[in-house]
Amino acid sequence: MNILIVAKRILRQFLRDKRSVALMVVAPGLILSLLWLVLDNDSRTAEVAVVEAPEQIYEQLASGKMEVSILDEKTAQKQLNDAEIDALLKWDENRPLLILEGSDPTDHQMIRTSIQEAMGVDRKEAVSIQYWHGSEDMNFFDYTGPVLIGFFIFFFVFLVGGVSFLRERTQGTLERVLATPIQRYELVGGYLLGFGLFTLLQSVLIVLYSVYVLDMYMVGEMWMVLFITMLLALTALSLGTLLSTYAKNEFQMIQFIPLVIVPQLFFSGLFPIEGLSSWVQVLGKLMPLTYGAEALRGIMLRNENLGDLQWQVFMLLMFFAIFTLLNVKALRRHRNL
Amino acid sequence: MIELNGITHKFGKEKVLEDVDIFIDRGEIFGLLGPSGSGKTTLVRIMTGLIIPQEGEVKLRNQRMPKRSLMKRYGYMAQENALYYELTAWENLDFFSSFYLRKQKKERMKYVLRITGLLEYRNRSVGSFSGGMRRRLSLAIAMVHDPEILILDEPTTGLDPVVRRSIWKEFYRLKEQGTTILITTHSMEEAEKCGRLAMLRGGKVIAAGSPDAWKREYHTQTLEDVFLHFGGEEA
Repeated sequence: MNILIVAKRILRQFLRDKRSVALMVVAPGLILSLLWLVLDNDSRTAEVAVVEAPEQIYEQLASGKMEVSILDEKTAQKQLNDAEIDALLKWDENRPLLILEGSDPTDHQMIRTSIQEAMGVDRKEAVSIQYWHGSEDMNFFDYTGPVLIGFFIFFFVFLVGGVSFLRERTQGTLERVLATPIQRYELVGGYLLGFGLFTLLQSVLIVLYSVYVLDMYMVGEMWMVLFITMLLALTALSLGTLLSTYAKNEFQMIQFIPLVIVPQLFFSGLFPIEGLSSWVQVLGKLMPLTYGAEALRGIMLRNENLGDLQWQVFMLLMFFAIFTLLNVKALRRHRNL
Repeated sequence: MIELNGITHKFGKEKVLEDVDIFIDRGEIFGLLGPSGSGKTTLVRIMTGLIIPQEGEVKLRNQRMPKRSLMKRYGYMAQENALYYELTAWENLDFFSSFYLRKQKKERMKYVLRITGLLEYRNRSVGSFSGGMRRRLSLAIAMVHDPEILILDEPTTGLDPVVRRSIWKEFYRLKEQGTTILITTHSMEEAEKCGRLAMLRGGKVIAAGSPDAWKREYHTQTLEDVFLHFGGEEA
């Protein structure tokens, strides 16, 4: 019963604080939209200059997916030097030599593939390719999207939940509430319930926006995505309120972002970490976002069901349970009862 | 009704309270005086069970604190206002009274808002309240469940005389009804209205008695002089 009283108050506070509501819903939508603008493009065409090559080579290259120009060696080298072109193909002792501009590593593979394909090493004809998961149209935005949805929900719930619990502490309402007959677990439970209902709404809006407006790749079940984001939100909330115990003011709460939130983004699968040494991978295993991101990717990209994701769901529940218990314990500082 | 036996408490190495004994009977209005930093607020928080003293024991209604069933028996007003500024006065009061009241909640809420003169402002958000109005709302919250014991940390600081009088009228009415009231104050005018007083200084009770007895004992006209008498003396 006391849980409901606390939850009701939190929802009322949300209704009054429109700006925070907007922050939690509009801000992730906005950032995802910007990322979509930046990442959701088809791979760009390489610009290649050809120097003293046989006519046949030029035609072959021009038929591929790139812009080809014929230049004299001096101009070509100057353009390569100024990064105006991506590569330079010239004849060196009767063999073609490709010089890459090279300052952007993400382009290397793209240019090499384009040129090899054009030069007749077209693997598409040699081997026919099918996609087991995903599709040919899938791009970087679709691959990182599930991780980012999880990340933004985690981040904003952590921040808003942590700050609002911190404010209870600094404005004295936490102590005042603990001077009523409420149990400590009821207070924590009320927070989880009130915020939980709100973050459910937040998750629904963000996921629907990503899938239907931004057209993020999604083959799984919607309710499973929401289930995972909900678990992530609860974990973030319990972590945020727990860490707010160790902050004296809002500014100190913000200081936890680079320490606690940003590292999770690095290890959550946004960047591939399979190739890293095992101790680095262990770091990722200690972070709740890793499991949330794995699960979201599994559902959205590979249509996995919760049976396939037992381990991730279990780990998220464990994080949530541990943080919540520590929260109830931490409240002992305010009332030892 | 309230019994403090040999309370000693330290924050870190600093001794905030030392061997404090206070006994307050049912239906008394007891004033706790002392300069800032004398340990009044700590003592009040020990009575509410929010702090457990390192030594000594606290009893409310002959039961040892902290005890959850006793949390219902008192109403507490903290020194800082402890209100949710986004919410209206009514919503704040509704939140806190929900922990105690079911059936008569609305009537009680209206009643305490009338006593504190806030009834007509009940739908305004607390953020737009003046300091005095916030103080009054905190007091209303402390009284809403009609507790047997009221523990009030500087309840009337910053209030205008009209409201203060109306609040004291209610305190006397409650006292007649058998409510025990403990207030802390700096104000002499306020201290004179209490039945008994204790003066805290440097964490120790350095004087206790009724306002009149103090005046006789220290041969002064007003309590102000008593306060200065103790204030000027090295503890």
